[in-house]
Amino acid sequence: MKAETRAEAERLFAAFRTAGAEPVEADILLPAETLLDLYGEDIRARAYVTQDPLRGEMMLRPDFTVPVVQAHMAHGADPARYTYMGEVFRKQDHLLPRASEYLQVGFEVFDRAAPEEADAEVFALFARLLDGLDLMPATGDIGILMAAVRGLSTTETRRAALLRHVWRPKRFRHLLDRFSGKVPPHPARIRLLQAIESGKLPKSGPQIGLRGLEEIAARVKALAEDAGTAPIPTREAAALDDLLALSGPAAEALERLRDMEVDLPQIGDAVDRFADRLRALRARGIDTDTLPFEVTHGRATLEYYDGFVFSFHAVDPALPPVASGGRYDALTKVLGQGRSIPAVGGIVRPHMVAELRAA
Amino acid sequence: MLKIGVPSKGRLMEKTFDWFGARGVTMRRDGAEREYSGAVEGVDGIELVMLSAGEIPRELAAGRIHLGVTGSDLVRDKLADWSMQVAELAPLGFGHADLIIAVPACWVDVDTLDDLDAAASGFRRTHGFRLRIATKYHRLVRDYLTENGIADYQLVDSQGATEGTIRNLTAEAIADITSTGETLRANHLKILEDAVVHRSQATLFASRAADWDVAPAMAELMGKLGISAPDAFGPV
Repeated sequence: MKAETRAEAERLFAAFRTAGAEPVEADILLPAETLLDLYGEDIRARAYVTQDPLRGEMMLRPDFTVPVVQAHMAHGADPARYTYMGEVFRKQDHLLPRASEYLQVGFEVFDRAAPEEADAEVFALFARLLDGLDLMPATGDIGILMAAVRGLSTTETRRAALLRHVWRPKRFRHLLDRFSGKVPPHPARIRLLQAIESGKLPKSGPQIGLRGLEEIAARVKALAEDAGTAPIPTREAAALDDLLALSGPAAEALERLRDMEVDLPQIGDAVDRFADRLRALRARGIDTDTLPFEVTHGRATLEYYDGFVFSFHAVDPALPPVASGGRYDALTKVLGQGRSIPAVGGIVRPHMVAELRAA
Repeated sequence: MLKIGVPSKGRLMEKTFDWFGARGVTMRRDGAEREYSGAVEGVDGIELVMLSAGEIPRELAAGRIHLGVTGSDLVRDKLADWSMQVAELAPLGFGHADLIIAVPACWVDVDTLDDLDAAASGFRRTHGFRLRIATKYHRLVRDYLTENGIADYQLVDSQGATEGTIRNLTAEAIADITSTGETLRANHLKILEDAVVHRSQATLFASRAADWDVAPAMAELMGKLGISAPDAFGPV
């Protein structure tokens, strides 16, 4: 660990405490199961997995979010602000010059009162601490996309299928194209539907495995019902495409989102929250006329943000962001065993800050 | 010496010898039946290294052999960022096998990746854990499913008799190599129609990590084999 990186981390850690955060610690060895259940098998490609003789499969901490949220949900104050500093471990599957062990310093806000104020507080704090490093900010809001999907004129099943894949762009696109009739069903599906209609399912051998006949029958029934569903109207599908592609300065994006509300009235509340956030950002000195915004910024596998998303990048696009974060209300619900709290936060990679300061 | 690693036994070895033999490079195994050493005739300065096909990717990556013949599936599965570590010189036209995903034939509602994804979601809701796919090709399968945005599954390791895992209730689906599909049918399994993870065949690879001070032998060998390749391979 270079001394400059450690010093930079200490400086950020102190600044987060000054901003009202209470320092928290987290284990380095985390139970793999929680992380696998949350992120799915994809996390195995990114996290170091190891075996404990008594506790089973463990992972070297790939990020702080999960342990910090768990600690908060178990015995945290309400509201609460936390900061942490420590190593995270990321397996690198490509021979690129990326660190597989590095320090992270983070800041998280758990506050029910005014989520948009909290979003702005976190972003403005990060912007101030990273000032002078010539970084490019980027922002997004997955919440607008989710609101658009929740209001699509189609069945609950199809809306749920789209929401389940909101962080997987390729699958989401595939489902959307199918649900809007842009791509025909696979021939195998047509065959099955014809067989259902004629009352004769294909002979298929004995039942084997844990997935029972009643589960299979239930899905066959669901498929038959789904076959009669009208496609998502072309106008709505086109409006959703425009939304997915929306990118520009934040203030201008707000105007375009207001226009899109004509075809997608369901995004109204989410756009109101976006407008509130921009006001809160302006009040904290952020110029929203130039702040870059993309609805889908940060939409990738292994993500869990469901509202505001942000990052700060160095000029070299091949490098990971110097800082990133966002809102993750749904995650607190998943990890809170029935309870939840609005949460927003982010991390800084101090080794990148130190390198930029040295340059 | 230019070291070339070839499979040490079975049909893969025989077919490799045939392929090189047909191009004027004679390979043979020395000594007794169980002795893993060999010789090359037809080009000077070449050493034959007999290895298990599964070890050849690692030996190439380490640069202990310059060239190697092995399945394209093994290189992709065993080496992270494989194309940065080895170069693909020529497909050899044998050892064909597809890495596929198979599910019980009684799953009449599942024929495609789309279906598998939906079934996995339902399975997790019903059983409280992610649908298990048994395989030994972890990297290839995980990369493929990630690329295609499949959720709610987990990979479980199976180093052999993978087709039996479903009946034994240790997996709900499998990802395995098949050439004819007969074993699958015998075990009441069917292949997903739109999900070939990788079409594998025996392939000649070059190491990017080896010490390439063997340019004359390499040039002569490539000439005989009719492959246009540089005399050396460096890191990309």
